[in-house]
Amino acid sequence: MTHEPVIIARQLTKRFGPFTAVDAISFEVEKGEIFGFLGANGAGKTTAMRMLTGLLTPTSGQASVAGFDVFRSAEQIKRHIGYMSQRFSLYEDLTVKENIRLFGTIYGLTQRQINDKTFQLLRKLGLLDEAKQLVGALPLGWKQKLAFSIALIHEPKIVFLDEPTGGVDPITRRQFWELIYQAAHEGVTVFVTTHYMDESEYCHRVSIMVDGRIAALDTPRQLKLTYEADSMDEVFVKLARTTSLS
Amino acid sequence: MKTLWAFVLKEIYHILRDRRTLFILFGMPAAQVLIFGFAVTNEFKGASFAIYDQSNDPVSIALGRHMSGSGHFKQTVVAHRTEDIHQAFQSGKIKMALVIPPDFGDRYRSGNRPEVQVIADGSDPNTATTLVNYASMMIAQFKAQRVNQPFHIEVATRMVYNPELKSVFMFVPGVITLVLMLISALMTSLTLAKEKETGTMELLLVSPLHPMMIIVGKVLPYVLLSLINAVLIIAMGVYIFDVPIKGSLIALLGLNTLFIITALSLGILISTRTQTQQSAMLISLLSLMMPSMLLSGFVFPIESMPWLLQMISTVIPAKYFIISLKAIMLKGVGLIVVWREVSVLAILTFVFLLASWKNFKLRLE
Repeated sequence: MTHEPVIIARQLTKRFGPFTAVDAISFEVEKGEIFGFLGANGAGKTTAMRMLTGLLTPTSGQASVAGFDVFRSAEQIKRHIGYMSQRFSLYEDLTVKENIRLFGTIYGLTQRQINDKTFQLLRKLGLLDEAKQLVGALPLGWKQKLAFSIALIHEPKIVFLDEPTGGVDPITRRQFWELIYQAAHEGVTVFVTTHYMDESEYCHRVSIMVDGRIAALDTPRQLKLTYEADSMDEVFVKLARTTSLS
Repeated sequence: MKTLWAFVLKEIYHILRDRRTLFILFGMPAAQVLIFGFAVTNEFKGASFAIYDQSNDPVSIALGRHMSGSGHFKQTVVAHRTEDIHQAFQSGKIKMALVIPPDFGDRYRSGNRPEVQVIADGSDPNTATTLVNYASMMIAQFKAQRVNQPFHIEVATRMVYNPELKSVFMFVPGVITLVLMLISALMTSLTLAKEKETGTMELLLVSPLHPMMIIVGKVLPYVLLSLINAVLIIAMGVYIFDVPIKGSLIALLGLNTLFIITALSLGILISTRTQTQQSAMLISLLSLMMPSMLLSGFVFPIESMPWLLQMISTVIPAKYFIISLKAIMLKGVGLIVVWREVSVLAILTFVFLLASWKNFKLRLE
């Protein structure tokens, strides 16, 4: 991998009144990398992600995403990233095709680009026959794959996935990760939060947040070596314990 | 512009594909007009009443016959003492009483302004008002039939149980108000809360769409629907219930548009404060629908409310809307005459819009 960071965070901090949700975190994510962002609920994952997606203004520190500063160019960032939230979220009462059209239009695609994309996307997902079905009628796994594909509809450089595989069966999760790999292979940077520890093994690098700070950041293999653990699950438990003792 | 259209189209799909929404949008207004229209009717036949004829004179007897002979009133009690009237009212035997004083016949003949008293049961204000109005009309008629004779009957009206009765029931303006509140405020807060509930709001917020565009795209279809509904209700009022529209139609539509914007801004304000459709529904019903119905002068006259409620009613937009609506529809005046109410409404709207916009921005944080 060439050294080409697309996400840079330096001492990035967010305070809500007296409460520090994210405490001076620093990291870089390379182009085409699958970057796992782990942490217990309330550790500050979502807040950090919201700052990087331009939804929240940081209290202090610096960060740039896809070459744009989070303070000054939040609007530009929004244009160049894809996003899929933890709750599966497309419009359930719109058909597959209508959803694709809507988000294509929102991201400023032309009519022709939308038509091309719709066909490509449906073929890739094997949903050509379901194009006119309401999204609500699809199985959850398909919805999630569709949501992921729609997050990539404007060919963003980076895609943020907020716990994308919550509530789906292992096989579907596996298939979902294949889509992620495919996207990364095509040069899309993937920033993913998850609380499935086995999934973190699929990531190139993993950062673990505890109480608003990044407690560890490395490849899954190196993390297991450092913490003398057999699995990421064990790494996580050990980390959480040492931090809460200190 | 293209994005806005795509957005409006999406909203139209949402509305068309949800039967519940469709029903609320089109079934409710029609149902409300019909229910209010037929339940609160001014027509009545054979209302029971008592005559306490102290004069017992050919003229007073003729007056009594005139009243009972009309078909509108039916004499069920012949009173001989004042207590008889009280008893009849209390037992519910009569709705109204006509008291003819002992000097009625003499005054009539001498042309010395004969008087009668009409007593109505004010515990049912709407009926009481209607009955008294009818009775007064009939007495005037009685007088007109004998116009060759030089006399003039003064009607002194007294309402028992509710002396300051001032409510004139005009349901069409009230129903328009309720329906516009229902569609514009309730539906807007629901549809925005739904986007939050399903997580699609987040998706829109991380998209390059301007927040203003999100809001405008969401509410625009409801503005149009509300206007259609307002026209529908007015048309039903005119064609089914013969409600007059004496003022200008353009002023009427302009006023409706202003109130729709008021209600929309309230709906947006509520949605910024709620996360689920259920709470949005509950808050809308409690904080908007109830006051719009009870404190706006629609059902209960504001003048007879306790001081505290009167104070609260001054910040209820529906109050100003109903006053101006009645003035334009029933009195036929222009917007200029109700400029005070309209400006208060406009100022309230501006405040609500500002508050909801500020809140919406805050929520993005």
